[in-house]
Amino acid sequence: MIEDWLERKEVCICAGSGGVGKTTASAAIALGMAARGKKVAVLTIDPARRLANALGLPELGNEERRVDVDVPGELWAMMLDAKRTFDELIEWHAPDERTRDAVLSNRIYQELSGAVAGSQEYMAMEKLHELNQEGRYDLLVLDTPPTRNALDFLEAPRRLSEFIDSRSLQLLTAPGRLGLKVLGRGTSVAFSVMKRATGIDLLQDLAEFFRSFGDMTEGFRQRAGRVNELLADRSTAFVLVTSPRREAIDEGVYFHRRLKDMGLPFAGVIANRVQVAGGRANRRELDDLLGAGLGAEVYDSYARSRALAARDRANLDEMRRRLRRTPMIEVPHLQDDVHDIAGLRRMDEYLFG
Amino acid sequence: MDKRLVVVAGKGGVGKTTVAAALGLLAARRGRRTVLCEVAAQERLAGLFGVSDVGHGEVELAPGLFSVSVQPEQAMREWLRHQLRSGALAGLLGGSRLFGYLTAAAPGVSELVTMGKVWDLAQLERRTGGSVFDLAIVDAPATGHGLALMSAPRTYANIARVGPIARQASLIDAFLRDRSATGVAAVALPEEMPVNETVDLERRLDEELGMEVDQVVVNAVLPDRFGADEARRLRADGHRGSDAAQAAVRAALAEHDRARGQREQLERLHAAVSAPVATLPYLFEPEPGRAELEQLADRLEEIL
Repeated sequence: MIEDWLERKEVCICAGSGGVGKTTASAAIALGMAARGKKVAVLTIDPARRLANALGLPELGNEERRVDVDVPGELWAMMLDAKRTFDELIEWHAPDERTRDAVLSNRIYQELSGAVAGSQEYMAMEKLHELNQEGRYDLLVLDTPPTRNALDFLEAPRRLSEFIDSRSLQLLTAPGRLGLKVLGRGTSVAFSVMKRATGIDLLQDLAEFFRSFGDMTEGFRQRAGRVNELLADRSTAFVLVTSPRREAIDEGVYFHRRLKDMGLPFAGVIANRVQVAGGRANRRELDDLLGAGLGAEVYDSYARSRALAARDRANLDEMRRRLRRTPMIEVPHLQDDVHDIAGLRRMDEYLFG
Repeated sequence: MDKRLVVVAGKGGVGKTTVAAALGLLAARRGRRTVLCEVAAQERLAGLFGVSDVGHGEVELAPGLFSVSVQPEQAMREWLRHQLRSGALAGLLGGSRLFGYLTAAAPGVSELVTMGKVWDLAQLERRTGGSVFDLAIVDAPATGHGLALMSAPRTYANIARVGPIARQASLIDAFLRDRSATGVAAVALPEEMPVNETVDLERRLDEELGMEVDQVVVNAVLPDRFGADEARRLRADGHRGSDAAQAAVRAALAEHDRARGQREQLERLHAAVSAPVATLPYLFEPEPGRAELEQLADRLEEIL
């Protein structure tokens, strides 16, 4: 089924909130497509160590590595290092060494690029764009960072380019008060109030930070635009990975609507770790078979798993009803945690049907 | 439970909100006026407690237990009002384009003001003049973003160096690292990846922030239903019944195997973390509510 979703697609973006098995699903999709002859790269951020080991990724590294697995196609994987990607981007955009060094050694840059949330999201999109431009793979699968709001990452390029956008930069770095005059008295007053709220030192440091970016801001802005074009392109497919829990339904419906509003190509929903249970057992038969005590325990255990299965069923029916014709794939709760190639292969039969 | 602020952290999907709520119920039972802080537009507590919409203000979930949904924009306005000591100036700045660009886009600003609001809720003298709580419990975002939230004050203290932002950020950072004031509860599941992430969280809190995990809470631990002898009997006799009976036995054995796998992970966790480890039972209730939260609070009461 996934194969149909990804027909003629070059990029598959797996989104969803944390803890739903997004990294695992991304890896299983990538492995499955490689097993069907494609050259695939999966980009992931900080997966659990055993999955990384299974994929043959030793540590953080910004290079794709070939995963040692016997498939007709090729499976490559990389773990994103947000800070290093950011540094590489600066090196790429900087017109000369002096500008590059000024930014990389700037105190504010060092604090913000490494420590603070938001840069990971942007860098994931950035790397995706870069690999897509290079065109070395049939398919790229992106495991998006675990944000609580599954769509935060879509805003990242715009937010970052606005941050270093020339308009706010000019305001802060224009010689004298000329820049402020151009933008009108309201801004000038706001600027002086801001000095009171933040202190003049911080504003001067910020001004220097923006100045260090120099002519690069336009490059960043264009780049953000191209990332957004890639997201909206017909060769891109968004896949929502979700759990069959009640709170996931609202999230799924919201995600679907937002993507449609933004004109982004939504392929379908993967409901992961769905509880499945068979029919109804006969209490007396279990007692006869196993003895009264053990029979009762088995009956109770079965009844509980059936109740959980009924809950998942009802939740998924509700989601299906609200998403109407959106395709949905269900992956049952597998016995063990999936954390190796064998586990990924077990998911294959459900994902690819 | 004797701190002023407790941060509930852990991997996504492990049940942080549930554990935060149970901790809140326990604190309130012990007579501490407690506020649960939801961040990043989660707003799940009201649903859990069956209370109508949480909204922006303080909502009473249970006697002595309140919730606040922390909105960065609103927290920013409150901060400006306090900083400028003038609602009019704060409005002017908050409404300006220049300021809007900088704050909406600068990485970490929303984390900083969110943490500022949480800090304020934990103070005996509220800066914003709101009601005073004995304890604030924050339901933090998943590990990476949770760490970003806790490190934002330090990052901005370093960026600003001097001036009002540096002062404020350093104050919050010091409060977070003061072990008598702030505690961290790390929530985990007895599974491979959540255990790894919990171990990692403890290490990173220590290395990056100089903070410690005070208590690990392992959520959704399956009951130890069948002993080894019983499991053997199930495997021996299970295939003799009807199809339905066989399916039931298979399901029971699957639960048994899962419970055994959980125990292995629990042992691994015990060995790998320095904080004490508490366990909470798996809730078989399809949609847990107030009654189940009270059960979890009962269990926590025995431990904490």
